Amino acid sequence: MSDKPLTKNIIGFDGHTDLARYESLGGYAAVRKTIGRTDPDAVLELLKDANLRGRGGAGFPTGMKWSFVPKKEGNGHRYLVANADEMEPGTFKDRLLMEKDPHQLIEGMILSAYTISADVGYIFIRGEYHVAIARLQEAINAASASGLLGEHILDSEFSFRLHVHVSAGRYICGEETALLNSLEGKRAIPRAKPPFPQVSGLWGRPTIVNNVETLCNVTHIVANGADWFKSLGLGVDGGTKLFGASGRVARPGCWELPMGTPIREILEEHAGGMAEGYQLKGFLPGGASTDFLTPDHLDVPMEYDTVMQAGSRMGTGTMIILDDHSCAVGMIANLEKFFARESCGFCTPCREGLPWVQEVLDRIEAGNGELDDIKVLERQSQFIGAIGNTHCAHAPGAMEPLASGLKYFRDEFITHIEGKACPYQREV
Amino acid sequence: MSNIATDNPTNFLTEQEIAEIESEISHLPNRPSAAIDALKIVQSYRGWISDGSLNAIAELIDMSAGELDGVATFYNLIYRQPVGEKVILYCDSVSCWLMDGDVVCEKIKQKLNIDYGETTADNKYTLLPVTCLGDCDHAPAMMVGDELHHDLTIDNIEEHLS
Ligand SMILES: Cc1cc2nc3c(=O)[nH]c(=O)nc-3n(C[C@H](O)[C@H](O)[C@H](O)COP(=O)(O)O)c2cc1C
Ligand code: SF4
Ligand code: FES
Repeated sequence: MSDKPLTKNIIGFDGHTDLARYESLGGYAAVRKTIGRTDPDAVLELLKDANLRGRGGAGFPTGMKWSFVPKKEGNGHRYLVANADEMEPGTFKDRLLMEKDPHQLIEGMILSAYTISADVGYIFIRGEYHVAIARLQEAINAASASGLLGEHILDSEFSFRLHVHVSAGRYICGEETALLNSLEGKRAIPRAKPPFPQVSGLWGRPTIVNNVETLCNVTHIVANGADWFKSLGLGVDGGTKLFGASGRVARPGCWELPMGTPIREILEEHAGGMAEGYQLKGFLPGGASTDFLTPDHLDVPMEYDTVMQAGSRMGTGTMIILDDHSCAVGMIANLEKFFARESCGFCTPCREGLPWVQEVLDRIEAGNGELDDIKVLERQSQFIGAIGNTHCAHAPGAMEPLASGLKYFRDEFITHIEGKACPYQREV
Repeated sequence: MSNIATDNPTNFLTEQEIAEIESEISHLPNRPSAAIDALKIVQSYRGWISDGSLNAIAELIDMSAGELDGVATFYNLIYRQPVGEKVILYCDSVSCWLMDGDVVCEKIKQKLNIDYGETTADNKYTLLPVTCLGDCDHAPAMMVGDELHHDLTIDNIEEHLS
């Protein structure tokens, strides 16, 4: 049993794992021992016991989420969707899993579908991931030809058809109810909840949406048990996590490490510290929509609750590093431009508020800001950032780096305004 | 713009396009659900979605052209205007910005003599910004057509666009 279950087939292997290699390394053993042999409710209990938490950013317990799916009645479809949209800036983990080991996701989806009695699955993947799309399709074809997907899997009563849906863009598609609208061929506007997708999701039928990394974990929990999974984590949460670092570190990259690995260890040992000539100023721990942390937080363990206590969120676990040669105001302006552009436009605080924020930030960055602009940004971050003032979590997410940036890098805002210029001059 | 095919999609779409769209519809509970797949299929052959294509697809999948246009214009990878032979999707997100991606992009704009949203005079490239390509450990990154290019610098950008 590997202590790096998610990447054991990836590390030290140049190609991508096809069906033969996957099976030779123990792949589909979990499916073979489970489908038609283990009661789906027992698998659900196992997942709950393992306390797997969703890797899409929010950390919601997967077993609990699945338990809200009503008992199967009649013959209507029930759906399982893999969220492979991965458009959160600074996030580069699901692509690795899908390109290098596509069967791992497929096996996780077969087991998950079996548990919730889903008969149809979709992998909702962003259109730019051409390599991953081709490998997933190839893997689905191979698995289907071997009786692992389709009608009567391994001659059991269980059938599961899996399709790849290639998205046509837009970050908001990653929000799970917007994703469902997009799968239905509509504009990707988030839906009101309740009803929750578990009860009324895709085409009004019970639906579970999980992140790619979450679903990949299911295979290993079923194969090796809940106690093994829990033992992998260093703190409260079990399992491993794909952590990453990008920006001016010596070796940017993505590594599978125990849940609860201290931030310092990730940055210093795995990312090799800062690149030569650069100092750490701050970082976003898990993608664009998480609050800044600072060098004071390096000893925080990377798991959901501890990062929350430090004032941020672990999010996707891929860190974005702000160095001392880069402008905090410029970085936040870049983030808010992204959030403003990607607003779906449905609700006013987000549609109108985010461009306003972007405009103010651009003005300050260009040296035309006034001290009162900081107040405007603070007021907006409180108003737009309050959960419940907007229709979905996009706008509150957008305010996390702004509110925390105003707190930690306030002096930089003031320097821009008083000096009437950005102090960081870059060579163009 | 031509409206020739409003009442008969088979006059406008090829047999191949219709077959591919029907194949998508076959695993969906209703025809309009195939809207995005259908737009992508037609765009893969024609490069973009003209009004004629839009009307023909709408007819084929039992949707009004107006509603389908609402879908088409929502998604940034559906092009409602002609694009060059290859679309450059340039990542303008944060990790690439931190690695001077904006500086490299200025160089591309100079070299190709176009801004975002424009197509080169020889119709070879259209330049568009895109959200994080999931390649942040090799920032800055861009797609040229279906190919990912990364670790871009102002010095190596020529190689990536030749
Ligand atoms: C604006 C927005 C974008 C999101 N993008 C993604 C995404 O690209 N991938 C993802 O897995 N989850 C994304 N999520 C979270 C999903 O809504 C959902 O919580 C997640 O897919 C659930 O999976 P999990 O329980 O396995 O974490 C996004 C949420 C919001 C609000
Ligand atoms: S918060 Fe933004 S993205 Fe979410 S529904 Fe409102 S406008 Fe759309
Ligand atoms: S920010 Fe450019 S690839 Fe992620």
